[in-house]
Amino acid sequence: MTDIPTTAAAEILGTTDPFAPRKDPFVTLPLPAARALTLLGAVATIASTFMSWTYTTDFPGDLTVNGYPGGLQVITLIGAILTGLIALGAFRVKGLAWLVPSRSNNAVLLLAAGTFATTWYTVIAIAQELGGLANLDPGGFVAAVASLALLIGALALPIDRHPLEQPDADYYELGRFSENGAFRGTWAWLREARLRHSELPVADPRKLPTWVQYLAIIVVAAAGLKVLTYGLATGYTEVFVGYLILVAFTLWSFSAAGLTRQFSQITTDHRPFAMIVGVLAAIAYPFAQNNEHWANLGVNILIFGTVALGLNIVVGLTGLLDLGYVAFLGVGAYAAALVSGSPYSIWSGTQFPFWAAALVGMAASLVFGVLIGAPTLRLRGDYLAIVTLGFGEIFRIAVNNLDGVSGPKVTNGPNGIAQIPDLSIFGYNLGDSHDIGSFTLGRFANYYLLMLVITVIVVLIFTRAADSRIGRSWIAIREDETAATAMGINGFRVKLIAFALGASLAGLAGTVSAHVTYSVVPNPYQFSGSAPPNSAFLLAAVVLGGMGTVSGPVLGAALLYLVPEKLGFLQRYELFAFGVTLILIMRFRPEGIIPNRRRQLEFHEAETEVPAPRAPGDGAVTAGQAGA
Amino acid sequence: MTTTETTGTAPAAQPDGTPLLHASGVIMRFGGLTAVRNVDLTVNSGEIVGLIGPNGAGKTTFFNCLTGLYVPTEGSVSYRGTVLPPKPHLVTKAGIARTFQNIRLFANMTVLENVLVGRHTRTREGLLSALIRGPRYHKAEARSRARAMELLEFTGLAGKADHLARNLPYGEQRKLEIARALASEPGLLLLDEPTAGMNPQETRATEELVFAIRDQGIAVLVIEHDMRFIFNLCDRVAVLVQGQKLIEGTSDVVQSDDRVIAAYLGEPIATTEGDAGTDAGTDGATDAETDTDPDGGSAAGEQENDR
Ligand SMILES: Nc1ncnc2c1ncn2[C@@H]1O[C@H](COP(=O)(O)OP(=O)(O)O)[C@@H](O)[C@H]1O
Ligand SMILES: [Mg+2]
Repeated sequence: MTDIPTTAAAEILGTTDPFAPRKDPFVTLPLPAARALTLLGAVATIASTFMSWTYTTDFPGDLTVNGYPGGLQVITLIGAILTGLIALGAFRVKGLAWLVPSRSNNAVLLLAAGTFATTWYTVIAIAQELGGLANLDPGGFVAAVASLALLIGALALPIDRHPLEQPDADYYELGRFSENGAFRGTWAWLREARLRHSELPVADPRKLPTWVQYLAIIVVAAAGLKVLTYGLATGYTEVFVGYLILVAFTLWSFSAAGLTRQFSQITTDHRPFAMIVGVLAAIAYPFAQNNEHWANLGVNILIFGTVALGLNIVVGLTGLLDLGYVAFLGVGAYAAALVSGSPYSIWSGTQFPFWAAALVGMAASLVFGVLIGAPTLRLRGDYLAIVTLGFGEIFRIAVNNLDGVSGPKVTNGPNGIAQIPDLSIFGYNLGDSHDIGSFTLGRFANYYLLMLVITVIVVLIFTRAADSRIGRSWIAIREDETAATAMGINGFRVKLIAFALGASLAGLAGTVSAHVTYSVVPNPYQFSGSAPPNSAFLLAAVVLGGMGTVSGPVLGAALLYLVPEKLGFLQRYELFAFGVTLILIMRFRPEGIIPNRRRQLEFHEAETEVPAPRAPGDGAVTAGQAGA
Repeated sequence: MTTTETTGTAPAAQPDGTPLLHASGVIMRFGGLTAVRNVDLTVNSGEIVGLIGPNGAGKTTFFNCLTGLYVPTEGSVSYRGTVLPPKPHLVTKAGIARTFQNIRLFANMTVLENVLVGRHTRTREGLLSALIRGPRYHKAEARSRARAMELLEFTGLAGKADHLARNLPYGEQRKLEIARALASEPGLLLLDEPTAGMNPQETRATEELVFAIRDQGIAVLVIEHDMRFIFNLCDRVAVLVQGQKLIEGTSDVVQSDDRVIAAYLGEPIATTEGDAGTDAGTDGATDAETDTDPDGGSAAGEQENDR
């Protein structure tokens, strides 16, 4: 039934369903030729990475050696191997067919495009940085041609795409542009070129033996750790760009192949196991690389991600726009700094143990959360956004002025509270290096592990709260506040709980953040800036990653932290680039990188056909037009 | 921390029993516009009462006044003898549940979750017990789920428990709204045009559903434009025209009242000399139904936009 492509079936029946998915190549070639070209391209690309691409070692990563790939060549090599494997899977070669459960050639095309992009990026970067094509060795040309052949071969495969548009279809959604035929024609090819693979049937992974499912989780966690540390270890911007391109296309390709869907089903079925494996992989991170700089990056990502997760309760689950959320991080950090025993604290004598300081930080944020939330959450609409925006600024300005000159001496103004002593938990001083076996855990690695504990707690709080009576009422309020109150939900109360919980989680992260950075100053706690912990970035992490999910905001936070860190040249255009990215994401993938709640209908291919969203819509639209 | 099953929300199914809902002198003004003028209405336990009237008559507004979504300018609403505070969640807690004319489901929640939200007032676990997840929490959650599944069986949606609400066909969305409302264990259910946009078969099924609900001891107050539906179903029918209650009585009385026919034909209320036959009355009803279609269109349009 599903094996017959719908277009073919429609041809047999002599009808054309305008909304039928189609499977058309972009480049016309006989299918065997297209397959052969794809595989040949992949093999040739693999071979090319064993050749020398340039004469000099001036280009970052040594690309001059024959017989041993280096730098960006490794990335091309990995891309080409993956493309070859996925292609064999898509061609249903025995033993590899499981790689592409959706049977879609889109997976091949996306990986081929990723390989092509990294390879050509490398070749062009060599020519551009070293001043001309003359700097390329024959290997470079071979790589360029081979990856182009690979891409063309993949383009000639039948690709699952958006349905063709009827020439006389009425584009009511374009409003007045619908009269403008030229406008319509200009963009039709682009709309028709879009890939469409999210609805393809995929085998249900629950039929796999349990040990295979467990193994899949372990393998993915290990691979994720490896890929992440590899990316961090890239020493040059060029290599990192190539890495980013390939990772993005690979993930996209896996989702086209249906692997992502199968994997997310497996993780939902074995959630505790998946969480344990995930945590173990995260614990392994400081051991997998013995580098304090990366450990520092790790802590900061965890802090940022944890705060984003707290914000996700407020924004993603409850749908409240909080534009001053970073202030709660600040409240927690300042509260912890005041009781840390720092000589610059007004209570320099008092040094609370960590658990007490954490509670103080949470409580302080909670109080502020309730103070801000109570008057504003009764109102609907954008009041909360405006008030929180104001609160965020008031917090920063107030801390700047509580210096004993403009106001009472509490925070030392712009100088902040410095010399915050390191934490000591059960006699384990987090400031010192500790040897564990052959590994050395430095200061940041210690804090990374502490922060990991807190992140796990916050993840548990998030998931448990989200999947409960209170979490459902948050989501109900986000979806439709009127209907939610009509179902008996006390909107104000429930929103206040979400707001206060979000605030106290940020406060908790703030207490660790204060110790990691040695000192607390007002500057980072602002609405927007060029360095991560600010309200705009937090919001961006949530929106970019995927509202309402656990992994989304953490991934978003990691990206927002890593990309500026690794791509120094973006420095000046960073905010601009984020703005553009956000607009693009909102337009083309409003659910974020990791979409929420889409698994429901994904494995129903056999029992029920996906309820055609068109069928009721069509009739209703016609009726609407008739009524209008 | 425990689930409290409401007591006393399931009175015996006996028509014309004790007064359940009593609205007296309800007036709702929006600036200069008086949408509801001094309407009195009583619903007794075990009864199905219909509320009809042309579009813009103020029926939905009256529902909103009853359920606390609007604070009536004047007048009061009492349920089981106590005056209801004009807060929607308290009204639901007291035992009145409702559906909406333009379907208002939680589109991105599953069918089951939608019904579970309806259980909100009948369960009490707060944030802490959700975080701790003790045995009591699990028990309450399991009981809620079992009850929700029962309701889905009852409305015929059990097979789609895991689907997203927005992916349901139109008729099933309406059913889900009813299941969600029933989850709050109401004594009185308010249905706002439950068959709008449905085909005749679905309308028939909804009729059966409403009877089944009444048989469970839940009184029903229903707004509808489909006259056959109303006159089949209702023990009593009230007619609202331009915010005023024109007449109230049994189906036969209302059906043969000239003023009602006139009102549906769009003539001034004062003129009662209308000689239009029953045929014309049905025509009017059909017109009214077509008028509500843009609503249906927009609801389904939203649902279509999910990609
Ligand atoms: N929130 C509001 N603000 C102003 N006017 C309203 C509001 N709600 C309803 N109305 C008006 O009240 C009248 C009655 O509307 P409604 O109760 O929806 O009619 P029905 O449900 O009987 O078709 C209409 O004229 C409508 O425009
Ligand atoms: Mg209405």
